[in-house]
Amino acid sequence: MTTASPTIDRPASPQHKFVQRLLRGDQIAHLITLIFASAIILVTALLFFELFRSSALTRQKFGFSFLMTTTWDPVALEFGALPFIYGTLVTSALALIIGVPLGLGAAVFLAELAPPRVSDGLAFLIELLAAVPSVIYGLLAIFTLIPLLRDYIAPVLRSTLGFLPFFRGPSYGVGLLAAGTVLAIMILPFIISISREVLLAVPREQREASLALGATRWETASHVVVPYAKAGIIGSIFLALARALGETMAVTMVIGNDPKINASLFAPGYSIAAVIANEFSEATSDIYISALIELGLVLFCITIAVNAIARLLILATTRKSTAHS
Amino acid sequence: MKRVVSIVAFALGLAFTSCGSPTASSDSTKAAPARQILINGAGATFPYPMYSKWFDEYHRKFPNIQINYQSIGSGGGIRQILEGTVDFGASDGPMTDEQLKQAKTKILHFPTVLGADVAAYNIPGITEELNFTSDALAAIFLGKIKKWNDPELKKANPSVSLPDKDIVVVHRSDGSGTTYVWVDYLSKISPEWKSKVGMSTSVNWPVGLGGKGNEGVAGLIKQTPDSIGYVELIYAIQNKMSYGKVRNSAGKFVKADLMSVTAAAAGASKQMPEDFRVSITDSTGPDAYPISSFTWLLIPSKIEDPMKKKALTDFLEWMLTDGQSMVEALSYAKLPAEVVVMEQKAIAQVQ
Amino acid sequence: MFAMTGLCAAVAVSVLFFILGYLLWQGGRTLNWQFFTQLPAPVGETGGGFANAIIGSAKLLLLASLIGVPIGFLGGVYLAEFGGTTWAFIVRYTTDLLNGVPSIVMGIFAYALIVLPMKHFSTFAGGVALGVMMIPIAVRSTEEFLRAVPNSLREGALALGATKWRAIATVVIPAAMRGIITGIMLDVARVAGETAPLLFTAFNNRFSSPGWNQPTSSLPVMIFTYAIAPYEDWHRQAWAAGLVLLSLVLVTNIAARFILRRQSLVLRG
Repeated sequence: MTTASPTIDRPASPQHKFVQRLLRGDQIAHLITLIFASAIILVTALLFFELFRSSALTRQKFGFSFLMTTTWDPVALEFGALPFIYGTLVTSALALIIGVPLGLGAAVFLAELAPPRVSDGLAFLIELLAAVPSVIYGLLAIFTLIPLLRDYIAPVLRSTLGFLPFFRGPSYGVGLLAAGTVLAIMILPFIISISREVLLAVPREQREASLALGATRWETASHVVVPYAKAGIIGSIFLALARALGETMAVTMVIGNDPKINASLFAPGYSIAAVIANEFSEATSDIYISALIELGLVLFCITIAVNAIARLLILATTRKSTAHS
Repeated sequence: MKRVVSIVAFALGLAFTSCGSPTASSDSTKAAPARQILINGAGATFPYPMYSKWFDEYHRKFPNIQINYQSIGSGGGIRQILEGTVDFGASDGPMTDEQLKQAKTKILHFPTVLGADVAAYNIPGITEELNFTSDALAAIFLGKIKKWNDPELKKANPSVSLPDKDIVVVHRSDGSGTTYVWVDYLSKISPEWKSKVGMSTSVNWPVGLGGKGNEGVAGLIKQTPDSIGYVELIYAIQNKMSYGKVRNSAGKFVKADLMSVTAAAAGASKQMPEDFRVSITDSTGPDAYPISSFTWLLIPSKIEDPMKKKALTDFLEWMLTDGQSMVEALSYAKLPAEVVVMEQKAIAQVQ
Repeated sequence: MFAMTGLCAAVAVSVLFFILGYLLWQGGRTLNWQFFTQLPAPVGETGGGFANAIIGSAKLLLLASLIGVPIGFLGGVYLAEFGGTTWAFIVRYTTDLLNGVPSIVMGIFAYALIVLPMKHFSTFAGGVALGVMMIPIAVRSTEEFLRAVPNSLREGALALGATKWRAIATVVIPAAMRGIITGIMLDVARVAGETAPLLFTAFNNRFSSPGWNQPTSSLPVMIFTYAIAPYEDWHRQAWAAGLVLLSLVLVTNIAARFILRRQSLVLRG
């Protein structure tokens, strides 16, 4: 038999041909999957490139002051991102303030107290919440949350906490508080399911040691288990934050769409994603479009950073404890 | 199992790629069906109820012509026709000279109807019609008049017990011709507005909540007590919203309706410029409603596809004749006769 | 104290039931045969349906799957079976990056890439935007389920004389198939509800146009448009559409769970 390396020249015998095809098969498979995997890199690079290129006008004109200016004036062509960054951060922070205690509490319940089958069942139901589309949250919020906030919750908040600058001024229903609340509900399932997994991954020995030392179940849960899983829980919070930052539809339906910075949570605001959704198809000048795209780039960069931190934290915990598959 | 899945998927794929309009399924049984022409347009929400009705009627008359109009706001209409992503645009704020310069093919303006921006409000407990002076409107939208029982408002409405509540201003969050008409008027009657805010399809509002489209603003006003905003007349009527009278340049408080809007256009139609771009806000005339406006279809002067061009020009002719007979049912005013004649001549400019 | 945590869990679960219940109540009243078969009525008139939105969503999802599934699946195969190199690390990192792209930014991308050169809003542009959004999750779930296949199966196939690719294609992938399919089902369900990327790609369409290069209506965009409008009739239809969309999404999720449960039993045995 010839020992020549596989080439396109006609081989001497049927067996040799077969061997060649087998060998090429592996290479081809590797090549095909490699090409498709590389398509992902191509697409992402293209995305960055497009965002960067199309925001060139405003990047050159305003530079970094774009991030600090508060005016958004399409008539005078003065564009500043600060109101939108403010709105995005405030609503997301609010979402965390409401969602994290609620979510963590539920996760502790599911991981520590509930019997396994109940825990699995409830976790499944809560994970279904994550599948509900954003626009449906928005739809419900307009007709249930907004009237509730405006007519019942805001007056109560104003009368009890009105001394704080956050709860002053008229309440329209729509506004930063409404957006923050909807976001809180939307990120709940993420916080709960990831925290629950992380808590379940804490080794049994830790719990048993604590109980052996005389701690109650609650003390064990709060002083031993949760701190042990701290990194992972914080990671889940960051993931939830990343989700909240990019949320578009539910926010734009309830935030009031006003690019102003207001201390009061009752006031209307605007988020980066919401302004792009509202104004992109109508920006009538190149620099206006460039400003919107630059906003998109800013948002993208923020979510990249937050996601990266989240992954590191979650990785840290799951490595620490004896892993879950 | 796998074979079943792949067969079903293949069948579905075939079905969807060849799927046409569900209500026009009878067409497919004919031997040689007329070619379906889809024309895409986008723009103003101001005339949307009218366009929606027109395109629906036109499709009934000519089942093979589908005109898909999306109301995304005049700003959107202008932008998309400049980009060339739609076949025609629509706007109630005429394009500026700079915008026209950006166009690769010349864009022609064709007025379609006359409409009005009204000050719609939602004050629980108040059913009477309110009177608004032009100064009051400017002050409300500037954020200077903050409460409903402000002395300025009480002066114009002595018999109404206005509540001691904060005024919630509602404006547009998107680029809007309705906004353009409103701020065009405010700029004319309030020097402070002109210098502080100015006029365009999208402005830097001093106060207020933003709604998307006339629909969004109307929706917000309906849902929010003590609110006031500007919407096109038909939206206020169709949604049974209260809207006030505005004092015109002759000093009379006028309510927006067919007569007062037609009166507003009376002077302008005699001196209509060639390109049909004109503002009729704050017009003279004792019975004129001061916040009236034409609204325009933005048609490129050169259309590549001959079938689309014919469909569009045919529609324009229909719009100027049969179409005009439908406008009053939706509370828009007909185009003045002189304008119609001018337009019929101008259709020839579409190549 | 535990009672408080129990309360938290109860709140979380009750939100789900509230959403479902409210949609069933409001949407169920309006849902009728007309809704599924008729086109929308002119503005201000009552009646009409969402037929074009339903068809549009189906077309968009079909196209999205055609783009997202091959790239996601084969990319996942690459990472799981041929990975371990620096390039694989870069691919994985990039996939994570892509996953973090806000959906509205994806819309900007598709607009610049497809709508502008084509001079058209189109179903194609919308499908591409959704397809690209599908890729990261398809990659990750494919990779996970492939990795979960025990090495003994791979080694067994190789020991019997199969080449690497034949081992993967005929043994490993079929073993992971259930999990991969559920991953893709969940992926599709997720993009089915996405609105933002469609706003300036697929745009919207009063009619249902054949082919792929015209704008198309879709369930999420119609829900958004109708929800913020003032017309009562539109609100009713938005509820009905919301019910339809949510039902599809939830049914897919629940079905995926059941399929997975059987899968894990199979592997254990």
